Parts: sequence; structure tokens; C-alpha cells
Amino acid sequence: MTASVATEPRPASGTNPVPRILVFSTNNISDPGIDLAGSSHMHYSPGVRVIGLPCTSGIRPSWIVGALQAGFDGVFVASDGDECAYLHDCSKRSSAIVAAAQASMRERGIDPQRLRLAAICSVCSEPFTKHVQQFSAALAELGPVQR
Amino acid sequence: MTDQLVPAQPTPTTAVMEPPLADAAGGRRIGVYVCHCGGNISDYVDVEKVISDIQDSGDVVVAKTAMFACSDATQQDMVADIQAQGLDGLVVASCSPKLHTYTFRAVAGRAGLNPYEYSQVNIREQCSWVHTDDREAATAKATALVNAGISRTRLTTPLEPMVVETLPHTLVIGGGVAGLRAAVGLADIGLRVTLVERELQLGGWVGGFGAMYPHGRDGHELIATLVAEVRRRPAITVLTGAEVVGKAGSFGNYLVSVRIGGDGAAALEIAVGSIVVATGFESYQPEAGELGYGIDGVVTLPEFKALVDGSAGAASGAPGAAGSAASGSPLTWHGRPVRSLAYVYCVGSRQPADVEGANQYCSRFCCAATVQTAVQVAGLDPSIRQFHLYRDMRTYGKFEPLYTEARKTGSVFLKFAAEEPPEIRREAGGGLTVTVRDLLTERTELAIPVDLVVLVTGMVPRANEELVNVLKLPAGSDGFFNEIHPKLRPVETVVDGVLIAGACQGPKTSAESVASGLAAVTQSAAILKKGYTELDPLVATVHAPACTACGDCLTACPYDAISMSEGPDGHVAVISPTGCKGCGGCVPICPENAIDLLGYTDAQVSSMIESLVEVPA
Repeated sequence: MTASVATEPRPASGTNPVPRILVFSTNNISDPGIDLAGSSHMHYSPGVRVIGLPCTSGIRPSWIVGALQAGFDGVFVASDGDECAYLHDCSKRSSAIVAAAQASMRERGIDPQRLRLAAICSVCSEPFTKHVQQFSAALAELGPVQR
Repeated sequence: MTDQLVPAQPTPTTAVMEPPLADAAGGRRIGVYVCHCGGNISDYVDVEKVISDIQDSGDVVVAKTAMFACSDATQQDMVADIQAQGLDGLVVASCSPKLHTYTFRAVAGRAGLNPYEYSQVNIREQCSWVHTDDREAATAKATALVNAGISRTRLTTPLEPMVVETLPHTLVIGGGVAGLRAAVGLADIGLRVTLVERELQLGGWVGGFGAMYPHGRDGHELIATLVAEVRRRPAITVLTGAEVVGKAGSFGNYLVSVRIGGDGAAALEIAVGSIVVATGFESYQPEAGELGYGIDGVVTLPEFKALVDGSAGAASGAPGAAGSAASGSPLTWHGRPVRSLAYVYCVGSRQPADVEGANQYCSRFCCAATVQTAVQVAGLDPSIRQFHLYRDMRTYGKFEPLYTEARKTGSVFLKFAAEEPPEIRREAGGGLTVTVRDLLTERTELAIPVDLVVLVTGMVPRANEELVNVLKLPAGSDGFFNEIHPKLRPVETVVDGVLIAGACQGPKTSAESVASGLAAVTQSAAILKKGYTELDPLVATVHAPACTACGDCLTACPYDAISMSEGPDGHVAVISPTGCKGCGGCVPICPENAIDLLGYTDAQVSSMIESLVEVPA
């Protein structure tokens, strides 16, 4: 793991920092799935923080890039996938948002691997937990964002 | 489709005291309540530390913990604080917003604070319960989540809900005991009902049963009574051989497609205000070889129930009933008299968690149903020997006397360990032998010769993929449909206006199914009887000065909520607040960033991101 930069969050214990992951969930589909992980008393990294929105297609690419610039190590889009109740082409729109964000990340020298998208359904507690744990491990490998 | 607007009802307002104190630094006056949830949160998160870490935010005027934020006492406390301190923002950090958003919006409303000046922060499902192993990290995260809630609340504005007319018409899916009783209840409360049943006949499982516990009431008769009640009510339309294949529209005004007559048949379109799903259960089907299933003479509980009901009918001289008088025995299987039988309980229920796709739940009805059937068998012929091989006997509540009655009528009960289930084999001579180690007699191994083995099979969720896809119904890990809250909102789903009743939600007795059917009636009435429903005003808006009228957003909205309008400074995009579904799909499409979704504005989300990444001191 590369040396931490000054802005990198550092837990009090002084051990390696836990990667910070911002999750964009959706109020009706993926957020209930993430809630279910809690009701089922599953565990994942406390570096994971969730913002709920009505629909994945409403995410501004600037929020993703802004989060990575502000100190998050990765952004995980827990998307509606094909289950979106609002937009039949939600998956296509979400992919476009991710592509736009990754282009913007490249321009700023941020590794596009720091953004992941996966469809998380309303009972996908286990897949969600696995996704964020794997992502957290991958981000620990990548080290902090060079800002 | 009607989508008429009626004037918004003003939020009920009580007198608000003038703020007694000067405004704090930030200009806002925010109250923050952090919930212990008994210990569900405070066992893993230091809630006092969260309070002390957020108190310095300049505009937080009130910061308190509460044992239960949702309790009446705390709600009254919040109302008093909002009024006495002149709060203009409320943050509640407790459980998932799916549970109590409406509770705390109502608290704000009662105190005279606009309900949309409140933010819910989830520090239970998404914090304490997933970080039970790291109190320090969980506390730091909870603080960041609460700070994000405060940041969001700083940027809230008062909003009024939009009011949409609802149709006084409910669609009931499933014509079993729960659906039929719900249909009658809905009609009696003054709503029109369309009842859709996939089979050609109404009645479901109960319609196929003879005597049922606890009082031996006949299932066929019960259903016949209910069907007669349905026929008596012109407000109810029954469609059999029919399936729901599509759903459009929104809460209060759904347009449902119902196909009658199988694949390829034309679909009927029905406009309804709410939907009650009462699609019932399937009986667990054992695998071949599971506890001897597949051997002649090893049957499931429904198969045995049909046999006993048929024999009881024959004994009472009912025409056309099964059974064989020729053998002189009241109970026969494939022409051979049944003189002895063994019941093996918990088949397909209470399976160990390490089995893939295990049914970990108790099916709830089967102990009482089996014991009642045994009493019925003893009534046919008290000399038939009956052995009950159980793991735990759960004739709970008022059904306990049935167990005593079974013992009095000669049933013998043997207890086996889950990890050592009975073995069943067919003897060369023709009979069956059940071998079991009985925990009640010092684990003695017993070999019991019997004529019939009944596997007491439980309930499993019905395979209903098409309906699940059409209604977007959420199912739990056990495959049964999920309610929003088991205690507080037991028949509502996350899909507004779609309610669940009966055994599609989980194992239930017929009485419990009927009770939940009636709960769905009440909830439907609560939604539809007012004639209108309030829609969240959290819709997209255009910041007109930034709009260049490029038109990109026009095609972004499949609901045609966006149009171009002539303004004082040329053309601008305008979004209809009732046409908008609040998805925000147009937000990232706008090249000028001129569109914001209320409640999720660019400024709010950006400030939440800043707060969430912050490392508390």
C-alpha cells in the first residue's frame, strides 16, 4: 500500500485507513436491499456510507467525481438495474452516467476503477455485502486517490 | 385515466410561538434527535458521543438522544421543542426511512413545521446493525451520517404535497379464503372490487378441505358461504381463469391488464386505486427419497387430508365420497385397510440454515392441522394406531386442547432430534417400518410397523414470477412477500397502494389469513375513501435563468412531464409537478445543470457528500 496523503482519513488506532466508499442507492429498490443486510445482521466495512436517491438515472456525474475529490476512495452505484419502476431504460442511462463520470475521472488522473456499478435488488443483501467488501479490498490495494 | 387535481389541503397548523432566542450562526434553527432504539443502536454506537460531536454545528439548537424516537413521549417532546425553540429544521437519526418517515413528517406537521423541513438519517439498518463489531468506527460513521442529515436540512425549503384523486376501486388477486373475505369487506366499506382468480374455481386451498381446526368447520362449506356473500354484492366483479399481466399508472390510479383464458387471449384493462395480493401458498413437495417419499404408502399432509376427508364423507354416507366400504375399514390406501399410521412432522420446514435454499421458518399451521386430523381419524375408527414423530409440538394458543384431545383418543407422541430424522422403508411383506430414536424414552431406537406414513409438509411460497415482475413485489429471503414493517405496517409493501394478505406473506392459518385480508381492507379504505391521496412534492424543477431551451430534457422524460414554454426572456423548459414522477432522470441530462430534484438538489447532495467523508475530530 502506498503512503497516505495528508487528506487521507486515518482512524485513531493508526492502522491502515479503511477505504471510504460512497454508495448511491435507490429508495425503492437497492436501499431496501442494503437495509436488509442490516436487518440480517450482516457485516461490511464502516467506510461504506450510503446516499439514497429515487433512481440511479438521477445521479449527476459531478457528484461521483466530487466525492472522489472530497476524500472518498471509491463510489459504488447500487443501481435499480432492470427493476426500475420509473424508467424502462434505466440501465442504459446509468451506464451513460458511469461512462461520463469515468471520462471526467480520467481527465483528473483518477483511476476509473474507483467507480463501480452493480444492480442491487430489494432483497440483494448478500450480493451488496459481497460487492462492497470486494470493492473495499480492491481500493485498499489501489491506495489513496492522488489529489 | 383520471389524474385530476384537487386543491392541496393545508398542513394542519397549531400555534407556533415566536422564536425566543436570536437565530444561531447559520441562520437555521435545527433540532437533532438521536435514537437508542432500545439498544439496537446504542449497544453499538455511542449515541452520547454523536450528540457531543454534532453540537458545535452552529445552527443545531436542540440535540438530544431518545430511548425510542418513535414513542409518543418523544414525539410530544419534539413538538414541544419545535414550538418552544422555534425550530425550522428537524433531523431524526434512527431506523430506515422506510419505517418512520411519515411518523416524523407528521410530528413536524403537528408542531407547525413544514414536514419537508425534516430529514431522516438511518443509523440502524445502515450503521449499528452492520458494524456491531466496531463501536468506535460505528460511532464515527453515525456522526458523519447525522452531519450529512444536518447539511441536507440546512438547505430544505417548505413544500406542500400534491393531491391526486384516487379511484374507489380495489383489485384483489387470489380467490382463496383471504381474497374472498377481503372482497366482501371492501364491498361493505363502499369500494368497488374486481377479484381475479387464476384457477377456474374460487376457493383456493380451503375450498378443497373437509373438517378444519379448531372447530371442525368444513372448508368447502366455509368457501361456499363466502362465495354466496360475494354473489350477493353487485359491487364485486369476479374474473376466474384470469391473470394479471400488466400494471401502469401510479398510486391511486393504476391501470391493470388482466388476461382471461390463458396465453394469447386478449387482456382486459381495469382502472383501480389499490391492489390486494392474496395469492396464497404452495404445499412443500418433498424430494424423491426424502423421508421415504416415493415409496407407496408415504404421503404428504394434503394427500392424507384428502384421504381422511373422503373417508369421513363416506362414513357419513355422502354421495360420491371416497373410501371403501367393501374392506370393512373406514380408512384405506390403494384398497388396503389402514390400521396404523405414523406422522413425521416438520417436513420442508425448520430446515437447517446450512442447507442451500433452506426453509428456516416454521410453517405454523401444520402441528394443529395434523393433530386435528388425527382426532378425525380416531373418530372414524378409534382402534387405528397413530404415532406422531415430532421435533417440537407447536399447537400454540387456543389450539393446545387439540393436542390433549389427540392424546386422549389414543395418539402416541415420540420426539426425534432434528439431526437424526426417522428412517422409512418398505418391508418385503408389504408393510412400512419407521425407525426412530425417541428422545422421551432415553433415545431408545424404536421400529414401528405401520400401513401409512404421513409427511407433515409445510407451506412454501407460490411460484409467481410473472406477477412479481408486473407488480414489482418485494420478496424476503424465504421467498414470501415482504411487508414494510411487521408490526406497524403489516400489510403494506414498498410499492404504494399494493397490499399483501394471507399466506403469500408467510405461513398463516386460515383465520390469520382472513384477519390480514381484513387488515388490507382497512388499509385500502384508508387510501381510497378520502377520494384523494397526497403525492410527494419531491419533483424536478427548472432553474429558468440557466435554461437555454436546448430541448435535451424533452425526450428524457417518458411521462411527458416536460414541455417548452414561452417565458418573458424567451423559451424555457417547464416541468409539470403532477406529471413528474420524481425520478430525477432528467437531472443529469441537462447540459446546463439547470434541473434540480427537490429534496435531492445539487446543493443538498454535494453538502451531504462533504459531511459523509468528514473525519470527526
